Amino acid sequence: MTRFITSSLSHLILLIGILIMAVPVWMIFASSTHTSSMINMNGLQMLLGDSFYENYLRVLLYQGGFFKEITALKMFFNSFIMATGVAILSVVTSLMAAYALVYYRIKHATLLFWIIFITILVPLELRIFPTYSVMAELNLVNSYFGLIVPISASAIATLFFRQFYKTVPDELLESAKLDGANTWRFFIDFLIPLSKTMIVAMLIFMFVFGYNQYLWPLLVTTSEQYWTVVMGLKMMSGSIVHRFAFVMMSMVPPILIIIVLQKHFIKGVFQDK
Amino acid sequence: MSFLDLKNVTKIYPNGTKAVHETSLSIDEGEFMVFVGPSGCGKSTLLRMVAGLEDITEGDINLDGKLMNEVDPSERDVAMVFQNYALYPHMNVYNNLAYGLKNRGIDKETIEQKVNDAAKLLQISDYLQRKPSMLSGGQRQRVAMGRAIVRNPKIFLFDEPLSNLDAKLRIQMRLEIKKLQQKVGVTSIFVTHDQVEAMTLADRLAVINNGIIEQLGTPIEIYDNPKSLFVAGFIGSPQMNFLDGNLKNKTLSAEGFEIKDVNTEHEGEVTLGIRPEHLVQSENGLINLKVDLVEQLGSDNLVYGQLTNIKDFCYRCPGNQTIEKGSNLSLNIENKKYYIFDKSTGKRVN
Repeated sequence: MTRFITSSLSHLILLIGILIMAVPVWMIFASSTHTSSMINMNGLQMLLGDSFYENYLRVLLYQGGFFKEITALKMFFNSFIMATGVAILSVVTSLMAAYALVYYRIKHATLLFWIIFITILVPLELRIFPTYSVMAELNLVNSYFGLIVPISASAIATLFFRQFYKTVPDELLESAKLDGANTWRFFIDFLIPLSKTMIVAMLIFMFVFGYNQYLWPLLVTTSEQYWTVVMGLKMMSGSIVHRFAFVMMSMVPPILIIIVLQKHFIKGVFQDK
Repeated sequence: MSFLDLKNVTKIYPNGTKAVHETSLSIDEGEFMVFVGPSGCGKSTLLRMVAGLEDITEGDINLDGKLMNEVDPSERDVAMVFQNYALYPHMNVYNNLAYGLKNRGIDKETIEQKVNDAAKLLQISDYLQRKPSMLSGGQRQRVAMGRAIVRNPKIFLFDEPLSNLDAKLRIQMRLEIKKLQQKVGVTSIFVTHDQVEAMTLADRLAVINNGIIEQLGTPIEIYDNPKSLFVAGFIGSPQMNFLDGNLKNKTLSAEGFEIKDVNTEHEGEVTLGIRPEHLVQSENGLINLKVDLVEQLGSDNLVYGQLTNIKDFCYRCPGNQTIEKGSNLSLNIENKKYYIFDKSTGKRVN
């Protein structure tokens, strides 16, 4: 009986938690399907209206910005390129950095690693002016390259991969060596497949990180052509329902990426066991 | 020059530890050599130097007439079976076997042929599509050996491959390894700390202690004729009994008894060694043993008792004899089968 009570209580607390998080999202979604005059008169709505297609299509295709050069669709495209670029590039660089740190006979490899690691304490915001001036010198302002590269070295991902490589038994390397695998083959044939789960997790993490960037894209792009979704959230003007629709759509890509990759993520976890 | 030649091979680690001291050793083609010794004696280091996984500090290793010192492990044409098998966890058994062949640029049909042949030989054909995590210990062991066989290397290296198996499986795999080696005929080096494994597998045996080969010979030579106290104590189960003694005028006096006409001119403090199986019961024997404990193994009985100063003096007798705890036995040494070692140097003197 006490077990029933405690489990009901914990379920109740969880349910309340879910409601606290889900209800506002639902209200924005429901409201975004009404006309703006309806919202202006009656406030936020809990029930679905019938202007879904109308609102969402208009938001996607509306030519916005000061020069009317950008649509929401283009923003999604930009954000997707940026987030994917950041995710792939940072996973690749940290995989390779960790490999070098663990397997190469580098003097003071541990010290080097900690130097890389303390860059976590130096967020982009702190180094934003020097980074900007470097990008400007390289003529990379207003380009996807400029959006992606400066935030594509992840000390956290390097930490994760390094810690994982350290748990790979030495015999595996030795055995691979005797089987004729060189440095490159060991990396491709062993470490990458073995760390697949972690790679997927890091891809998700870095994708969301790249997608959520605000300050850096704001600084490094002057052309509306390169606006991202998160920038758009701030810049967006117009009626409230359209803004709600845009907010709803801005949540879709990160959720989608988690749903798509999670399958591999879980599969990987179970296969390794 | 023989097939594998080690000349004054020395290993000193960067921290100054000397793992292997100027070791020289020749192994003939097709020979099964076993390195045996306690843990940390340098036997694995020696093996790993042959494989190329450890650098050689000094000395030369020649394999099939070629100097191997600077040759990369992958170019040496050696195969190794590791203690924990080191199977590739993300590849199925087939790919585990085929991986080394693929890296050598062998065409697909030949690989398939070779893998299937090896799998048949080791009776793992049914598991080729499984991942290593789905195999039992013995099956993993076979896959590890298959990975070595399939490459058709010049030399097999085994680094304590049986120590992760349970006792019954270990004996079975021991037998299989020996049979397999005889069938395939590849020169092999097997490292173990288990003297029974060493005795049963070896064509020749190198007993290693503190980075030095203490004795090299066939198992029987080493058992019958140990050249040092260490070898005598290490080889043979149950262990040889050791008693303190004094040698003077060809007479050895130990606690409670004397042996006359010893065939040595050596004099002074010595250690007398007697194997438990070289003792026989007789009236008016040299040694009087008060029985504390009897271990019945079925085929044999191991009888333990106390001499004046020695605890757990062991006598081995056939299993059909009944010996009561607390009884007194009078024992003689069979056919002068005793060993005398200098107490300070540990060297054999008789």
